[in-house]
Amino acid sequence: MIVRLRQPKREIAVDGAHTVNHLLDQLDMNRESFLVIRNGTLVPGDGRLEPDDTIEIRPVVSGG
Amino acid sequence: MTSSKCRVCREPAIIDLPRHNANFCAEHLLQLCRRQVEKAIHDFEMLSIGDKVLVAVSGGKDSLAVWDLLRELGYNADGLYIGLGIGEYSDVSLGYTRAFADERGLSLITIDLRDEYGYDVPTAAKVSKRVPCSACGLSKRHLFDKAALDGGYDVLVTGHNLDDEAAVLFGNTLRWDVEYLARQFPVLPAGNGFPKKIKPLMRLTEREMAAWCIVRGIDYQVEECPIAFGNKHLGYKQALNSIERQSPGAKSAFYLNFIANMAPLLAGRSQAEAGGLGVCETCGAPTTGEVCAFCRLQQRASGHQPVPVELVLNKKARKVYLAAQAAGE
Repeated sequence: MIVRLRQPKREIAVDGAHTVNHLLDQLDMNRESFLVIRNGTLVPGDGRLEPDDTIEIRPVVSGG
Repeated sequence: MTSSKCRVCREPAIIDLPRHNANFCAEHLLQLCRRQVEKAIHDFEMLSIGDKVLVAVSGGKDSLAVWDLLRELGYNADGLYIGLGIGEYSDVSLGYTRAFADERGLSLITIDLRDEYGYDVPTAAKVSKRVPCSACGLSKRHLFDKAALDGGYDVLVTGHNLDDEAAVLFGNTLRWDVEYLARQFPVLPAGNGFPKKIKPLMRLTEREMAAWCIVRGIDYQVEECPIAFGNKHLGYKQALNSIERQSPGAKSAFYLNFIANMAPLLAGRSQAEAGGLGVCETCGAPTTGEVCAFCRLQQRASGHQPVPVELVLNKKARKVYLAAQAAGE
């Protein structure tokens, strides 16, 4: 699947992740600090991801 | 397909909130957010319907969300945006703010630091001995207070959320800074030349506020301020999120229990509040000296050649900033 990331903006290809939590763990990203969006809709932690998905992992932490 | 169901209605969930040990659909996520804001407003007597409210907005998720929430709850709220002159970042943030206000027919006051005061945040950061975020915060707080008082507003709202307050509390606690701990409260009363100030999002996390905006279709600035990159405040948030990951609910217990249990014990211990404040010779704002910190900063910075953003960034932040510029972001 294609994963869109920020800070800096970039796209990566990821194999093997089955759920949102699994993907975040694989990328060593703390689930408290991100939301995952697919086609404009939020996907919860146990949401299943498909190999042909394009998803955005959006950081939620503000710098003050 | 997702497997988790909304705790309230059993429809498919769109978000998991471990601190509530529950998942929610879009409708019930919004309901949770509304209820948490109503509770904060009620518990701390923040607002009355009919109050003239000014919301400090930046184009980010929290300030647009709180403006949206307050309107939904029936409050009459105008927005105030301060143009900080942080290059393209500021231009983009104004764009999001204007779009939000225009789409909803809301009244937005804009103040541009460079146009009205002859300086911007990067320049102030360079000329002052303060770290950049300090010069920025000083400028914003002064101008928020002034606009609220000049406009006859009953209350000034900021979009500080639970994560922000927990991070500030964490930093103050690491230093046992009793002066700051004694003044950290979600409502600051009017008086002594200050407007009443409230933080209605105090019970909601950043993740919940971002989710509010996404579900409500509010476009906001996701990119962070280039000058804030890698700052201490962000470090505190990272540390707290590591703890939260292991112990869901830790951040809200840390902050909300401080407010309930410790803040009452510290009330009245602030030297600044006890000592009394005079009035700035230049602008009339409250101050401990003869000229307030904002006017001193403005006097120094307005005479200085404008400084580009990249010159006030730390090494790591500059690398990220220049890479983003090169990528055409």
